Amino acid sequence: MLRYLAARIGLIVPTFFGIIFLTFILIRLVPGDPVEVRLGERGIEPERHAALLRQMGLDKPLAEQFLGYVAGVLRGDLGVSFSTQQPVLREFMSLFPATIELTFCAVLLGVLIGIPAGILAGMKRGSLYDHLMMTASLTGYSMPIFWWGLLLILTFSVNLHWTPVSGRIDLSYFVDSVTGFMTIDALLSDERGAFRSAIMHLMLPTIVLATLPLAVIARMTRSAMLEVLGENYIRTARAKGLSALRVVNLHALRNALIPIVTVIGLQIGVLLGGAIITETIFSWPGIGKWLVEAIARRDYPVLQGGVLIIASLVMLVNLIVDVAYGLLNPRIRHGR
Amino acid sequence: MKAIFFRTAAAAALAVAMTSGALAKTMTYCSEGSPENFNPQINTTGPSLSAAHPVFNRLVEFERDSTKLRPGLAESWEISADGLTYTFRLRKNAKFHARNDFKPTRSFTADDVIATFDRMWRKDHPYHQVSGGAYDYFNDMGFHTLLKSITKVDDNTLRVELTKPDATFLASLAMTFASIHSKEYMDAMLKAGTPEKVDQVPVGTGPFMFVDYKKDATIRYTVNPDYFNGKQPIDRLVYAITPDAAVRMARVQAGECLLAPYPSPADLPRLKGDAKLNVMEREGLNVGYLAFNTSKKPFDDKRVRHAVSMAIDRDAIVKAVFRGTGIVAANPIPPTIWAYNETLKPYPYDVEKAKALLKEAGVGELSVDLWAMPVQRPYNPDARKMAEMMQADLAKVGIKAEIKSYEWGEYRKRLQAGEHTLGQYGWIGDNGDPDNFMNVLLSCSTARQGGQNIARWCSKEYSDLVEQAKFITDTAKRTELYRKAQEVFHAEAPWLPIAHGIVYHVASKKVKNYQIHPLGTPIFEGVDIDE
Amino acid sequence: MAALETGTTKPSSRARRESLTAETWRSLRRNRGAMSGLAIVVLLLLTAVFADIVAPHGPAEQFRDHLLQPPVWSEGGAWRFPFGTDDLGRCVLSRLIHGSRLSLLIGFLVVSFSLTCGGLLGLVAGFFGGTADLLIMRAMDILLALPSLLLALVIVAILGPGLTNAMIAVAVVFLPHFARLMRASVLSEAARDYVVASRVAGASRWRLMTDTILPNCVAPLIVQTTLSFSAAILDAAALGFLGLGAQPPTPEWGTMLASALSFLQAAPWVVTLPGCAILITVLAFNLLGDGLRDALDPKLKR
Repeated sequence: MLRYLAARIGLIVPTFFGIIFLTFILIRLVPGDPVEVRLGERGIEPERHAALLRQMGLDKPLAEQFLGYVAGVLRGDLGVSFSTQQPVLREFMSLFPATIELTFCAVLLGVLIGIPAGILAGMKRGSLYDHLMMTASLTGYSMPIFWWGLLLILTFSVNLHWTPVSGRIDLSYFVDSVTGFMTIDALLSDERGAFRSAIMHLMLPTIVLATLPLAVIARMTRSAMLEVLGENYIRTARAKGLSALRVVNLHALRNALIPIVTVIGLQIGVLLGGAIITETIFSWPGIGKWLVEAIARRDYPVLQGGVLIIASLVMLVNLIVDVAYGLLNPRIRHGR
Repeated sequence: MKAIFFRTAAAAALAVAMTSGALAKTMTYCSEGSPENFNPQINTTGPSLSAAHPVFNRLVEFERDSTKLRPGLAESWEISADGLTYTFRLRKNAKFHARNDFKPTRSFTADDVIATFDRMWRKDHPYHQVSGGAYDYFNDMGFHTLLKSITKVDDNTLRVELTKPDATFLASLAMTFASIHSKEYMDAMLKAGTPEKVDQVPVGTGPFMFVDYKKDATIRYTVNPDYFNGKQPIDRLVYAITPDAAVRMARVQAGECLLAPYPSPADLPRLKGDAKLNVMEREGLNVGYLAFNTSKKPFDDKRVRHAVSMAIDRDAIVKAVFRGTGIVAANPIPPTIWAYNETLKPYPYDVEKAKALLKEAGVGELSVDLWAMPVQRPYNPDARKMAEMMQADLAKVGIKAEIKSYEWGEYRKRLQAGEHTLGQYGWIGDNGDPDNFMNVLLSCSTARQGGQNIARWCSKEYSDLVEQAKFITDTAKRTELYRKAQEVFHAEAPWLPIAHGIVYHVASKKVKNYQIHPLGTPIFEGVDIDE
Repeated sequence: MAALETGTTKPSSRARRESLTAETWRSLRRNRGAMSGLAIVVLLLLTAVFADIVAPHGPAEQFRDHLLQPPVWSEGGAWRFPFGTDDLGRCVLSRLIHGSRLSLLIGFLVVSFSLTCGGLLGLVAGFFGGTADLLIMRAMDILLALPSLLLALVIVAILGPGLTNAMIAVAVVFLPHFARLMRASVLSEAARDYVVASRVAGASRWRLMTDTILPNCVAPLIVQTTLSFSAAILDAAALGFLGLGAQPPTPEWGTMLASALSFLQAAPWVVTLPGCAILITVLAFNLLGDGLRDALDPKLKR
């Protein structure tokens, strides 16, 4: 097992440095001078220009700059935002809980609905329900979620007034930021109704963000079920007279769960990508919206730092999934 | 981590000071963008200025509903006969806000004013380089050459000497960038090694105290119980950042916020039909225009400029792009400014005459680039659409226009570098003075690389008139000079003035005493909520 | 996805391949979903080719007396503009029709680019192995570590917004999928007896690659191509929606939707119709891709 783990980590290290390199050249590939970009439209005196270049460390040889950048990254120093002058890492940390909260709820929704829906479809292969489920999930899979989100806002928030339009909590609550997770902070505060308000605000963004993973999880669960149900030991179990539900519970589900868990783990990248659009539509103050705005403002340190952190997170999650998979499934481990 | 802890602690401290949650009157404002920081000295964007405004006072301030001046932190002032020396008598009862890591030991004095201006003015001031060290407004208003000295006579008397008389000086002091900071707070933060905190956690004397800012989400304030003009009727103020106009309006309709600015014109009829809402409007202090680059052929020929002016159907643009929320412009200043020359009329839409003029000027086939702004502004709600309409109109007189656009900062830089042929642009007044439009945007001194005169138009006659008007204080004489300058502008047509946008804010009917300020900053002093 | 990468076919011989095509077609015809997907795709193709004839008006023509006219099924609509007009008085139907050209073009160019480059990289990595394999696959890993939309955003941020740059961005995003798929197919084929046999028989490496291995990797690539086609359209539209893809007045669907956002409440059709167009197109390609996978994947055929 240790050897497998070491090999897996050995694989991730070069990728990590590759990403550091990629984000490093990113800011240097941008047409024009980063100092000019930072100062925007107004003219700049030559001595101030030189001073800023020095301050940003851009007057040194490229190799030295790269080493400095790597050292900074390893120390957790990701530079300073052009527009707010705040450290990128601090900005990331202040916005990340909002994205985590949303992403977590989306995964939860995807799992809670996707797995039962997939199991049922797998058990009743070829039935009307199966067809409906497959059609629905393919539609969800094909959905332009920016449009889907707008439709939901128009219907449920604007016309029916069931859910709030935007924001994380009703503005009349002065909930203190303790954890950064609005639902938890609302529970911790003693303001009445704050928790409910936070949940209501999460509803639509969660549905929008969960659409794609939900479709994928349902489809994956169905095909995993089909595969497992076709195996001999399940047939045996059924022949022995076990009820369908028990068979599913006892044998099929446990075995089908392995690929399903993998797929859920792999959805993290999809979710973070989806968060970019979902957060933009709902003005959700998270990482996705932050990055889109950084592009509009040409705030390259933010883009650079944000991309690096997200890529590292995705790699980390993939590593965990791989290791977990290896633990669950010894065949993989020894196969390598 | 330290910062997060601090914010929480500050919020907790303030929460104790506040009236109990259930009874608190909360004013909620859906703002149009995120602030970059909370120091109006170093930022120039509308959302940043609006976010800092409730916390601070200026020496002189604008009235709540006009660009007339009233006393602020200065109770009164005298101007010497030569217009070079201003003596301000300062308020004694203004206190700076207390925070848990900063407790002011004294009231506001002349030292605070000096420290405020020194930061922007003196390159060796310890704060000068903090947070980027660019003081755009200070420099744009010409303060770095205009100021000769600022001296403290005693704690409550301040003398300012200028290098030359300037009719717009007092109005400039009322602008948000001239907000007065606490010297004590600046010193304390410098000592603590966190000078940039002055720009992130503002301390002022204003009607509201800053509580916290959740990035891209909310800015919270609580009422200042010791405000020198009396405690405000509302207890809490929240800005909810909502950049998308459609979402902003949906929120105000759903009651999630009580006030929201800048609805999209298409939503207006529906919003006006909502019995719970009050749609407020005000002719804006702005102008949107199409600048001809007069340094490029054939636009150095005024016949060609006239031809294009007549080829573009501005009525159709105002109808389609502004959807009635603008008026066709004739002059470089809006009609709300006292120097407006109402005898001048916009050039009529006349395709045949335009063709004839082009022929006369010897222009046959012509290809130009037409620059469209990438952002939405009160003077131009949809620059892309406007450009598409202009493109279609120009095609009718045989001019092929290619639409170009860049990111906003890049766009302005390239315009000011003179890369364009036809460029959309606009201006929102800073202080309500005609000089702020006519001198800044069109005089010879700004017709340079990197200058605001993007038409690159230099008329000696025009420039002499506006320069002269700047140095006299008699309004009647100034009016006459500006009216004459507008005639020169009209005859020469360096721009095609397109429209003056009308500014709209939408409020719940519960909101009392709110008025749109002509300069665009929301002002919550005196605002109340009916329960 | 996992099923794709194990896709295998029998050794090559012309007759066999023909029978495979016929078999696939038979299996596809039984799949109602795939057939409806195919029908929509064909229809879209015809619309795109004959856009100038089918569209009632030019895509950029402005009817300034008909701003925001509702579609024919709503009150105030007229047959002159069946899907209504947008805020500049342009016919929405005509813009959608011309937009289909763009969407199909985007799908086609993006997929051809990633198929060619990604396929080539995968082929080289799988066939030559060693350092080439290591370098190529590590580079692909780096690209895969970024969420696809984020990667596309970063590329557009560097290149600047615009339709061409958006297409390049999306194409780069898809590269690693094709490269991995190709490599996996090559590896699994290369181990087979017939390949070993040809090698023993003295076939050159190049011949081996083009004549023997490549034809047998076609099936999974076809499926991946179809599915990527829809993903390319969706991603390009998302970039357009974020203001980083095609720039107005280009009638690209995502861009149309974004530029009409402020009319969401006042004139919902200018927002909903382009969205419907995207959904239907993407769904059609996904249905077809799904059907193709079922038809080509021997595992599900039992």
